[in-house]
Amino acid sequence: MSRFELALSVEDLTVSFDGFKAIDALNLYIEKNELRVIIGPNGAGKTTLLDLICGKTLASAGSIKFGDTELLGMPEHQRVRLGIGRKFQTPSIYENLSVFQNMEVSYPAGRSVFGALTFRCTEEVKERVNAVADDVGLLDKLNTEAGLLSHGQKQWLEIGMLLMQEPELLMLDEPIAGMSAKERDLTADLLNRICKNRAVIVIEHDMDFVKRIAHKVTVMHQGKILAEGSMDEVQANSDVIDVYLGH
Amino acid sequence: MNTLIKLIKRYQGGSILLLTVLLALVLPLALDIFRLNLVGKYLSYGFVAIGLVMLWGYGGILSLGQGVFFGLGGYAMAMFMKLEASDPITTKIQSTPGIPDFMDWNQITELPAFWLPFKSLPLTIIAIIAVPVALAWLLSFSMFKRRVGGVYFAVITQAVALILTVAIIGQQGFTGGVNGMTDLKTIWGWDTRDDSAKYILYYLCVALLIFSIVICRWIQKGKVGTLLLAMRDKEDRVRFSGYDVADFRIFVFCLAAAMSGVGGAMFTLQVGFMSPSFVGIVPSIEMVIYAAVGGRMSLVGAVYGTLLINAGKTFFSESFPDMWLFFMAAVFILVTMVFPMGLAGLWESHVVPAWKRLFSPSLDKKTDLNSVSGMPTKLGTGVSHESI
Repeated sequence: MSRFELALSVEDLTVSFDGFKAIDALNLYIEKNELRVIIGPNGAGKTTLLDLICGKTLASAGSIKFGDTELLGMPEHQRVRLGIGRKFQTPSIYENLSVFQNMEVSYPAGRSVFGALTFRCTEEVKERVNAVADDVGLLDKLNTEAGLLSHGQKQWLEIGMLLMQEPELLMLDEPIAGMSAKERDLTADLLNRICKNRAVIVIEHDMDFVKRIAHKVTVMHQGKILAEGSMDEVQANSDVIDVYLGH
Repeated sequence: MNTLIKLIKRYQGGSILLLTVLLALVLPLALDIFRLNLVGKYLSYGFVAIGLVMLWGYGGILSLGQGVFFGLGGYAMAMFMKLEASDPITTKIQSTPGIPDFMDWNQITELPAFWLPFKSLPLTIIAIIAVPVALAWLLSFSMFKRRVGGVYFAVITQAVALILTVAIIGQQGFTGGVNGMTDLKTIWGWDTRDDSAKYILYYLCVALLIFSIVICRWIQKGKVGTLLLAMRDKEDRVRFSGYDVADFRIFVFCLAAAMSGVGGAMFTLQVGFMSPSFVGIVPSIEMVIYAAVGGRMSLVGAVYGTLLINAGKTFFSESFPDMWLFFMAAVFILVTMVFPMGLAGLWESHVVPAWKRLFSPSLDKKTDLNSVSGMPTKLGTGVSHESI
C-alpha cells in the first residue's frame, strides 16, 4: 500500500498532561474510503486523539499527516479547510438559529470576513442544504429552531453540518449517544452511505452498532493501540477480552 | 416601489423608518433649538450604543472602553477646529502665535508633528475613523488571536480607557489636559455655533446615525450576523467549521470603534468642546448602560435607550441635583433585573403580542399551530452509552 492512498497517518503521536501520557507514541493509519471505529474503555484517549487531529489539543511529539500535509502546528480552521470535519461528543449546534441557518453557516464559502460580508445564499447553496437535509432526515425541519430538535435530530444536524463541508476526513465522536433504537438504525444507514468518498473515524461504545458500520476496528487502551483489525478479529483478541471482560 | 417595500420587510426597516421620522420630523418640530441640540448630543452617544449592540449583543464581547474610541474621534475633530481657531492673528498676544493657546501656556513653541495632519479637513475626517479603528485593531488583534476574551477582555478595555484618560490629562501641552479643547468655533470659516449650523449639524448627526444603523442591520441580516451569533454561543463549532473566529471578532470590534469615532466627532461638533471626561471609565460604562436599557440585541432600541437615559439624566439632574445619580443607578438595576433584554425585549414580549391579539386574532391561531408542529416529535432518551 503506497503512502498516497492513506487519508491520515498518525505516527509516534504523544501528548502528556502534567506528565500523564493521554496518548503514548501512537501510530494509526486510515485509508481513503475507510470507515474506522475506535473503541476503548473510558479514559483510553479516544476523544483526545480526535482533539489532536482536529487541533483542539496540541501534541507534545509525533506527527499527523493528512495525505501528505503535516497538520501539527496548523491552526484549527486551516485543518478544516483542508477537509477535516469533526463532530463533538455532545451535539454542538447553534441552538438559536434555524436548521437551515445551521447548515448555511457550514457551507464552505465566504469563510473570510470579507467573503462572509459579500456571501449570498444562492440557489446552489439552497440546493446543497436541501440535499444534505434530505440525507440526514431533516428536510421537513429546515425552518425549525435547532434548539427545539430532539437529541437524535441534533446529532443528525451536526453530521449534516459537517457533510455541507464535504470533508475528506470525517470524525464522529459518539454519534448515536442518546438515540432511540430506530434512530440508531437510521444513523447506521446514514454512516454507511456517507463513507463512500471519504475516510470516516467513529468513536462508539455500542457494539451492535459498531458491527453494523465498521470496516475495521481499533481498540485503544491507556493511550495506546491494543488491537486493530476486523470486528471478529478484535473480539477474539485475548488482550481485548482482558481489558473489557477482565474487570 | 414594490422592491422597496420588499427590501424594508426583509431588513425589518419599519422600526428604522419610525426612528427616522421621530428624529428628523417630530423632535425638530416639538423642541426648541437648545433642546434639539441636547438631543443631538445624546444621539452622538447613540453611535457608541449601536456599536455595542453589534459588539456585545451579537458578538458577545463586552467592552468597557468604548469611550476611548468616542474620545479619539472627538479629539480628532477638536484638533482640527482648535487649529482653525488658533490662527496667528487671533493668537498674536501669545509668545508663539499660531499654535493652540494651551500649548503656549505650557511653553511649547512649535506645533507637534502629530498635530500637522489635523490642519487638513479631509485628513481629519479620515482620522476620525482611522485612528479609532487602528487602535481597536491593535487591541483586538493581540487579544483575540491569543483567545483572550470575556471578562479579561472587558477588564483590559477598561484599563485602556484609564490609560488614555491619564495620558490626555498628563500631556497637557499636547492635549489641553483636564480642561480638554475648548473655544472650538469654525470649520473652514463656517460658524458651528449659530442656530442654523446647529440645525444642520443635528440633521447630519441623524443622517449618519440612520446610515450606521442601516449598515449594521445589513451586516446582521447577512452571513456575518449569523456567524457572530453562532460564535457567541458555540465558538468551537464555528472554529471547526473552518472560520477564524478571531478575525470576525476583530472586525466587529473595529466596526464598533469606527462608529464610536464618528459619534465622538459629532459630539465635538454639536457641543463645541472635547475633554477627557468623555473618554474614561465612567462614560464608557454609561454607554454600556444605554445599550443595556435599550436592549442589546436591538439597534433601534439602543438609540431609544440612549435618548431615554440621557433625557432622564438631564431631568433628574435639573430637579434633584443631589439624588440623580441614585435614580440613574436604580433605573439600571431595575432594567437588568426586571427586563434583561431592555426596552426592545419588553416591546417584543409584551407590546407586539398584545397588538397581534387586538388586531388579528386569526393570525394568532396560525402561529399557535405552527409552534405545535415545530415541537420535537421524538425525544432522545438522553442516556449516553458509556459502557461497551
